Amino acid sequence: MSTITTPLSGPHTHAQRSTGQIMALVTFALLPATAFGFYLFGWPAFNLWLLTIVSALLSEAVTLWIARKPVLFYLGDGSALLSAWLLAMTLPPWAPWWIAVMGGVIAIVLGKQVFGGIGQNLFNPAMLARVVLLISFPVELTSWVTPQVIGGSTSPSFIEGLMITFRGYTIDTVSSASVLGHVRTEVSAGHHLSTLMSQMPSPEDMGLGFMSGSMGETSAAFIIMGGIFLIYKRIITWHIPAAMLASTALLAMIMHGANPERYVGAGFHLTAGGIMLGAFFIATDLVTSPSTPLGKIIFGAGCGGLVYVIRTWGGYPEGVAFAVMLMNAMTPLIDHYIRPRIYGHKRRGVSLTYSGKRLESAHKFETKND
Amino acid sequence: MIHKLNRFHGGLHLPDHKAVSMQAQVTPQPLPKQLVIPLQQHIGAIDEPSVNPGERVLKGQLIARSDAHVSAPIHAPSSGTIVAIEARPVAHPSGMPAACIVIETDGKDEWTTLTPCADYTQLSPETLRQRVHEAGIVGLGGAGFPSFIKLTPGIGKVVETLILNGAECEPYITCDAMLMQARPDTVLQGAQIMLQAVQARHCLIGVEDNKPTAIAALQHALQALNDDRIRIVPIPTIYPTGGERQLIKVLTGKETPTHKLPIDVGVVCHNVATAAAVADAIIEGKPLISRYVTVTGAGIGQAHNLEVLIGTPMQTLLEECAARNVPDMQTIMGGPMMGFVVEDLQAPVIKTTNCLLHQTKPQSQAALPCIRCGECMRVCPAQLLPQQLYWHARAKDLDKTQDYKLFDCIECGCCAYVCPSHIPLVHYYRFAKTEIWAREREKLKSDHARERHEFHLQRLERKKQEDEERKRKKRELLQRAESPDDNKQDAIAAALERVKAKKAAQQVAPQNTENLTTAQQAKIDAIESRRKTLSNDSGQDEGQ
Repeated sequence: MSTITTPLSGPHTHAQRSTGQIMALVTFALLPATAFGFYLFGWPAFNLWLLTIVSALLSEAVTLWIARKPVLFYLGDGSALLSAWLLAMTLPPWAPWWIAVMGGVIAIVLGKQVFGGIGQNLFNPAMLARVVLLISFPVELTSWVTPQVIGGSTSPSFIEGLMITFRGYTIDTVSSASVLGHVRTEVSAGHHLSTLMSQMPSPEDMGLGFMSGSMGETSAAFIIMGGIFLIYKRIITWHIPAAMLASTALLAMIMHGANPERYVGAGFHLTAGGIMLGAFFIATDLVTSPSTPLGKIIFGAGCGGLVYVIRTWGGYPEGVAFAVMLMNAMTPLIDHYIRPRIYGHKRRGVSLTYSGKRLESAHKFETKND
Repeated sequence: MIHKLNRFHGGLHLPDHKAVSMQAQVTPQPLPKQLVIPLQQHIGAIDEPSVNPGERVLKGQLIARSDAHVSAPIHAPSSGTIVAIEARPVAHPSGMPAACIVIETDGKDEWTTLTPCADYTQLSPETLRQRVHEAGIVGLGGAGFPSFIKLTPGIGKVVETLILNGAECEPYITCDAMLMQARPDTVLQGAQIMLQAVQARHCLIGVEDNKPTAIAALQHALQALNDDRIRIVPIPTIYPTGGERQLIKVLTGKETPTHKLPIDVGVVCHNVATAAAVADAIIEGKPLISRYVTVTGAGIGQAHNLEVLIGTPMQTLLEECAARNVPDMQTIMGGPMMGFVVEDLQAPVIKTTNCLLHQTKPQSQAALPCIRCGECMRVCPAQLLPQQLYWHARAKDLDKTQDYKLFDCIECGCCAYVCPSHIPLVHYYRFAKTEIWAREREKLKSDHARERHEFHLQRLERKKQEDEERKRKKRELLQRAESPDDNKQDAIAAALERVKAKKAAQQVAPQNTENLTTAQQAKIDAIESRRKTLSNDSGQDEGQ
């Protein structure tokens, strides 16, 4: 990047916020959900998280060094840390070490640096890595465990955690399907939802996150907390999360209304799987989402619609990663067509005209206020 | 009387730092030994000096003017002697020196004869404009556009609203606030004169609500004046409310169409300081030779407003206000958002110098790549897409920058202020604008050259055609001259024709040949046969 030192003309003052701070705030917003993930799935989840981050940071350092960019300067922006963190949160909590390491490398090298580094990538690096892993290693990426709360009798100790992460120990009794996967299997086997729902976690448990699922995706409550913090801090806007959740909920409501025995309701869709994390933290990724408010709404609605379609009729029980990546590909198009109305222009870009009539009405408006 | 206000898109709430320079009253700056008066202090044509070195001038005397329409004359700020007319350092973003008139002051401060006017209401709008022009008044808000032009609505244009801009939205600057506080009557008189000059129906004075004292002073003065055409409107403090088009939107709800002027929506907008200068010029006959300047910033010991003669070196102002002189300090003319760094502090105060901001240089921060956070778009008062403009400007894709309406950018600096990647966005836009202007000039030049060339070719072609025409005619004439028998032969041919015709006429058909007796017929046949032989004989004779 070019560096202009001491500019001769304004502005000679600057707001406090920097890119590093933005990344730090997003990371901070992830803390509650992450801590809950550690609590729910124990040491293996922590190992997974740590390995993904270390692998991503190392990949970032190496690629920056190869590209002859200042390594520490760019590492300091925190974007690699954030990508890896988000990826770890979407992985099965007891996944083996090489999934974490590979995920970190793919996210940074294929997802970001080959495009030219921070700000240049077309796809969300975390989602790109997750999709690559899911397609390449479907078994590891769909092996879930029931919550093994830290302090509980079944929670693995630190040593057991290392064994699970590095030696591939599996404890058959705790393996389970994710709620979305379970519903999908049962419904396609011809079972009715009304009989199925009794085996599901209660809506309260699902909202808080006491269910099997990805490391940091299960707790809708903690994720929403983080998301609202980000909106309050003006890092993201409400447009993408609202549009995404609303479109999924709307489709779920319509289909559930049409056939309640086959299609689960909106509440289930909004609390299960990765949609909350996707709506507040993944789809809102600044680099890969549109910039205008209307563009964001279109983008969010597209993500939400695709999530529902993939979950319901697609080949995978969960579709957040695919949905976000597909809409990432649409971002340049959306940004090209959706532009704000510029001061003094009509929406289509031509100059405003004031015919006599228009002016007169403007005057009337004014005199009314006199 | 609540005035309904409107909002413009974006904008910033900036820490205003205004209180620091509002503590003390305005103090007149002592007369400097030397005044350096640049010949260009306004937008438009540069002035020609009308005095010579060695000449003595009086305070208020005209010293430079231009015949161009867009220009403003310049007057001597104090009495003294012209010692030089030469290039001196001036306050300009380019840092280039420019032509100045240098006056050695004599300390007498002796005025030239002024022509005050007790009752301006007797003056026609035309006369008012003329006097504003002669007083050298330019927009004192910073742009420096000759004011009399903006007081000329133009044929067929009706001014509904006159707006006086007292927003002063940039942080640190308080010269307008102090002026409204110290001389509210003058500002209001200026408003009345301007109302008469543009024949507007009413006048709105917009003042940001972070200046309650100024608002109160104006309102108090307005009560005494009792002019219901004028209204003082407190407006929310959002940078850049003081931008002309933004202020018009806030106060009237009207948006000035792009490529048009406020007058096209029935609005004329002037700065409050300009209004005060107009009042001084019309009522007292004084030309514009001094102004209020805010001297402030972290590097200033006693920040306050000074009444400064045009041409006073900036250095003396800083000394007056106890500026700390340490390295790593810089002085900015204007505010922190849109001002520019003054390289040489010997540069003089000019008509548009509203503020000197003396502070430590900001730490140069390396720019990171854009992360498309869109904050720039959220704060842009023109509702542009600064991010896209930046990409295209950086790629030198000048057509695309114009697609994204680069020229609607008012360079307020909001985008660069909030950019978390510290990208100097305004620099890129300025660069792109300059490139486009340069390209257009080039194009104009090459168009001109091409037209000239085409015309040249056309002329050659025409000349060739004319030459050929002339040659052809000449050739014909020559041919005729070469064959002089033509006429004789013609005459011979004509004679032959005539003979032939005669012959044909002679060989008429015989008449009364019906009802002939056989004897008569025999006689005729005999005659005919004789005649034939005769004519045959004569034919043979001819042949011989």
